[in-house]
Amino acid sequence: MKEKAIHLAHLKRSFKMGEDTVHALDGISFGIEEGEFVTIMGSSGSGKSTLLNLIGCLDRPTSGTYKIDGVSIKDLGKNQLAQIRNEKIGFIFQSYNLLPRTTALENVELPLLYNNSIGVEERRKRALEALEKVSLSDRLHHTPSQLSGGQQQRVAIARSLVNDPVVILADEATGNLDTKTSYEIMALFQELNRQGKTIVFVTHEPDIASFSGRTIVLKDGKIIRDEKNTNVRVALDDLRAIPKQD
Amino acid sequence: MRMLNLLKISFKAIVLNKVRALLTMLGVIIGVASVIAMLAIGEGSKQSIKAQISSMGSNMITIRPYAERQGGVRLSRNEMQSLTLDDFELIQSEASLLTNVSPQVDGNGQVIYGSDNWPSSIYGVNPEYLSIRVWEIQSGSMFTDVEVKSASKVAVIGQTVVENIFTNGEDPVGRMIRFNNIPFKVIGVLEEKGENTFGQDQDDVVLAPYTTVQKRILAIDYLQSITASAISEEQSEEAVEEVTELMNKSHEIQKGATADFEIRSMEELISTFSSTGEMLTILLVAIASISLLIGGIGIMNIMYVSVKERTREIGLRLAVGAKSSDILMQFLIEAILISITGGLIGVFLGLSTTYFIEKMLSWPTSVTGYSIVISFAVCAITGIFFGWYPARKAATLDPIEAMRYE
Repeated sequence: MKEKAIHLAHLKRSFKMGEDTVHALDGISFGIEEGEFVTIMGSSGSGKSTLLNLIGCLDRPTSGTYKIDGVSIKDLGKNQLAQIRNEKIGFIFQSYNLLPRTTALENVELPLLYNNSIGVEERRKRALEALEKVSLSDRLHHTPSQLSGGQQQRVAIARSLVNDPVVILADEATGNLDTKTSYEIMALFQELNRQGKTIVFVTHEPDIASFSGRTIVLKDGKIIRDEKNTNVRVALDDLRAIPKQD
Repeated sequence: MRMLNLLKISFKAIVLNKVRALLTMLGVIIGVASVIAMLAIGEGSKQSIKAQISSMGSNMITIRPYAERQGGVRLSRNEMQSLTLDDFELIQSEASLLTNVSPQVDGNGQVIYGSDNWPSSIYGVNPEYLSIRVWEIQSGSMFTDVEVKSASKVAVIGQTVVENIFTNGEDPVGRMIRFNNIPFKVIGVLEEKGENTFGQDQDDVVLAPYTTVQKRILAIDYLQSITASAISEEQSEEAVEEVTELMNKSHEIQKGATADFEIRSMEELISTFSSTGEMLTILLVAIASISLLIGGIGIMNIMYVSVKERTREIGLRLAVGAKSSDILMQFLIEAILISITGGLIGVFLGLSTTYFIEKMLSWPTSVTGYSIVISFAVCAITGIFFGWYPARKAATLDPIEAMRYE
């Protein structure tokens, strides 16, 4: 039996909005095993962003338990949460969130700057490796403004890989990209998954979801569907199917 | 390790906003530069006053009669007869902390040579007077104790007197001049001294044996004052005490009673002038400090803008594992770096301003080490103080909201 990378049980998160209490997440339980590629789907307001924030340790649940890599985050303080984020989670955002006027290499090094156990040389070495994995070794010293959207997102992916996280969390990672680039990014995710990375991908596009091995659908803070994909598409094949544009 | 990383991050943020950082620094730069320049000017004028007073003989002590009432009328000091030659002899033989002592009687009148005349003062003194006042003979010589004893009609004259009565440029030594119609033989000329701190011309003087001035010019047998020099400037206070005791005893002054004499030292004068100079310095520094304060507020302002502008960046840093304290330190270091860099440039600018003031305006200046240390320390404190609130604001941002910030 594989150890669960992520384990959620009866997870609830509610927000006070004036007089009313909004239950963004209303009792969610599931587990994600190491090496899984899971997409979380749902329309806006379904609670998927809240769930992502909880999994990413940016937020704490109102009730229920959440364990990442066997660690329950319920009783952890702010600084300990920061450390978990730093060591166990890799974030990828829709709008890339790279530091402007900062080179790709430095952007990728960023999470390691906040890890005291990693020295300058180790940091550089890991960042170079991560950029190689996303095929950007020739763009090390380019700043975000000198890179295309797809390249920027690949820098962001390299940044999420650099601390060798337990899970990579992608929030609408293809939301700002055209179809072809989206497929390229999905191909990259599939390749990383094949190498053993656990990936949680939040999206509202069923097309994108079909590249993953499992889909969880949220509605009104509850899971309405959680099933394995029997017919996983291969992004590289779809990429080849797109006619070359001239 | 962690501090080094944070320092790098902060340094980079400043380099990315060079012009803005420089403009922010400007307030601090001007503040520090003016504090240093103002202190240098204040200190310089203080020292030059002190030096001038010292050149008049900073260890000089003057004993004068104290103008007491006689039947309700307060007498002029010069008409009081309480100071006598006995006092002088007593002080000269008994006072151990004095090096030179001279009686003094002054008179005013017209100096005449040939067809030229000039109103001047005659000081009746003894030969020791020269070393008390730190005056030098330019040509000829000072009169001797023998000439004092015999009340010879000899005189040593100052440059102003020379210029005004020896208009043909002839050598005054050996010539006969008249002071209030009494003939004097000029035996020496004093070195030029210029004006003293009070604007008094120190060269407009005729020195003659006090015995001669007493008998021939004033027709008195008492002394108007006794001038003496203490062993050193530091010991002049003790010397004053010693002389006071001697005088009290010989004048039979009861304890608590008003004495019929008064003793003053140059030291008192120096401290009076120094405190005036200090007052000036405090004023100048107060003005300069205000500009430093404004510089600090400038830093705070820019740091707030910087935090606002980089909200998304802060959110990202928090998301990838930065602790609140890391963010706090990052912005605090940024503020301190700006203020300290500004301080360094300010010190440099202050020193060069001081240099130019001295060269161009030929004002006396003196840069003190403490002014640099203090203004630099104030800079660092300014950075911490005014950087704290913006940094605190950055550190308490919620990562989720910060990343959504547009």
